[in-house]
Amino acid sequence: MEIINSVITFFGENIQIIYILILSIFVGIEVISKVPSALHTPLMSGANAIHGVVVIGAIIVMGHAEEGNWLAIILGFLAVILGTLNVVGGFVVTDRMLEMFKKKK
Amino acid sequence: MQNQYWLYLIYLLASVSFIVGLKMLSGPKTARQGNFLAAGGMTLAIIGTIFLHKNEEGHLIGNYAWIFGGIAIGTIAGWLSANKVQMTAMPQMVSLFNGMGGACAGLISIVEYKHLHDTASTGAVITILLGLIIGSVSFSGSIIAYLKLQEIMKKTFRLPAQNIFTIVLLLLIVSMLVITIEMPAMFHLYLLLILSLGYGVLFVLPIGGADMPVVISLLNSFTGLAAAFGGFLYNNQVMLTGGILVGSAGTLLTILMCNAMNRSLMNVIFGSFGGGNAAAGADDGFVGTIKSTTPSDVAILMKYAQNVIIVPGYGLAVAQAQHVIHELEELLEKEGVNVRYAIHPVAGRMPGHMNVLLAESNVSYDKLVEMEQINDDFSKTDVVFVVGANDVVNPAARNNPASPIFGMPILNADKAKTVIVSKRSMGKGYAGIENELFGYDNCLMLFGDAKASIGKLVAELKEL
Repeated sequence: MEIINSVITFFGENIQIIYILILSIFVGIEVISKVPSALHTPLMSGANAIHGVVVIGAIIVMGHAEEGNWLAIILGFLAVILGTLNVVGGFVVTDRMLEMFKKKK
Repeated sequence: MQNQYWLYLIYLLASVSFIVGLKMLSGPKTARQGNFLAAGGMTLAIIGTIFLHKNEEGHLIGNYAWIFGGIAIGTIAGWLSANKVQMTAMPQMVSLFNGMGGACAGLISIVEYKHLHDTASTGAVITILLGLIIGSVSFSGSIIAYLKLQEIMKKTFRLPAQNIFTIVLLLLIVSMLVITIEMPAMFHLYLLLILSLGYGVLFVLPIGGADMPVVISLLNSFTGLAAAFGGFLYNNQVMLTGGILVGSAGTLLTILMCNAMNRSLMNVIFGSFGGGNAAAGADDGFVGTIKSTTPSDVAILMKYAQNVIIVPGYGLAVAQAQHVIHELEELLEKEGVNVRYAIHPVAGRMPGHMNVLLAESNVSYDKLVEMEQINDDFSKTDVVFVVGANDVVNPAARNNPASPIFGMPILNADKAKTVIVSKRSMGKGYAGIENELFGYDNCLMLFGDAKASIGKLVAELKEL
């Protein structure tokens, strides 16, 4: 019971975020519903780069890690590297794929 | 929380850039700008976070040296690997990058759990733990997918009673989740981490063949979810919208890919494709005999044909034959032959992969025709040239209910007057099953490396 109560409280306190969440789900579906299959791979790769936004969480963790808290610093540092890899690699690889779709003169 | 209105504005702009960027990515004319736009929004959001973000106590971000160091390393590594990778190896690269994002989400959860677990609300702890579970599953699953596509790991493993084992592991994860919430301890968290990593491995191991892209797409949306949990935790709108967008768009994309193969997602995940058992059922050999042919015979056939359709597959890309096939196409066009490419929705290893590879060698975009548009034309076609494709032209998908690919839409190559198949040997296709087309009366095999065979074909054509 206690868990259910605190989950409900959590929902109540975060109701705005939950709205964003629900609406984003529909936007995500709507936005790509008419994609031709030729673009599936670049689109997946582009989406892959966008979820690299998780790197912001890594920056926050890293940025607020207290001095001497080596677990936070080392893991946070690793997380920043991996998140950046996801972002940069993702966008660059997508661009390389899309470069191929240029109109031929 | 202190006022951070500038940062909120930046996050809003970044979120809009992600939405518009994704929208633009789904049209061929705007796709590239869409990618740039999203990348711009991301850069803005990252810079904004570094310089403007304040935590609950109003402290700005510190540890700049570590942050910029990490970003520098990640940028250089990401830039180099993304530029160096061969276009054929792109699917596994996407998978690898996806795994990095999952790992990032998992690491954040570990640090935040240690930091918060005795003060945070239950809701926040659940958010952290779900981020950990999904991030870890995505990480280990993506790594396995990478190893498989890179062919470092060649076999498909299927435990006896795999599905039961999977369910037990899932139940273990759920109970461990409850235990970790009820009795917070780092030890419990690490157990949860190991279980989740194990689940990711087990999830991808039995899946093989043409199903790999579907799994990567699914893991991609998992990582989106993990990012969204981070956004929930930090009350960070851009992480939330970015993550959820990818989560939902990725799920839809996964379903679209399944539809292209006429299979359900459940079938892909729990199905039989990768498992050796079902594939063996269709292994009943050939009706008819295999006839092989020579480049000079093929050259004559093609030169005097009216219509030629080329069916490219992943083998074409592996043999690096996309340039020489374009040369063949141009030669034939000069002779007045109408040449087109028939693109199966899952040609290559991902939908659209073949388009990218052919576009790389300057094949004009309007020569690439999708399956639905071209399938009725095969019966009016003189020569179909199948290069490095196998399962997508296997008539068993139409007429053999015992075949694991039964029901998958295929290109009706067998309906043409003559089918020429360029193949290295009589080996099986990616799905590991026999192709009865090769035994048909109208089918001729052109054995040898695709690039070498087509090269000889081009030389013969020039001499005719």
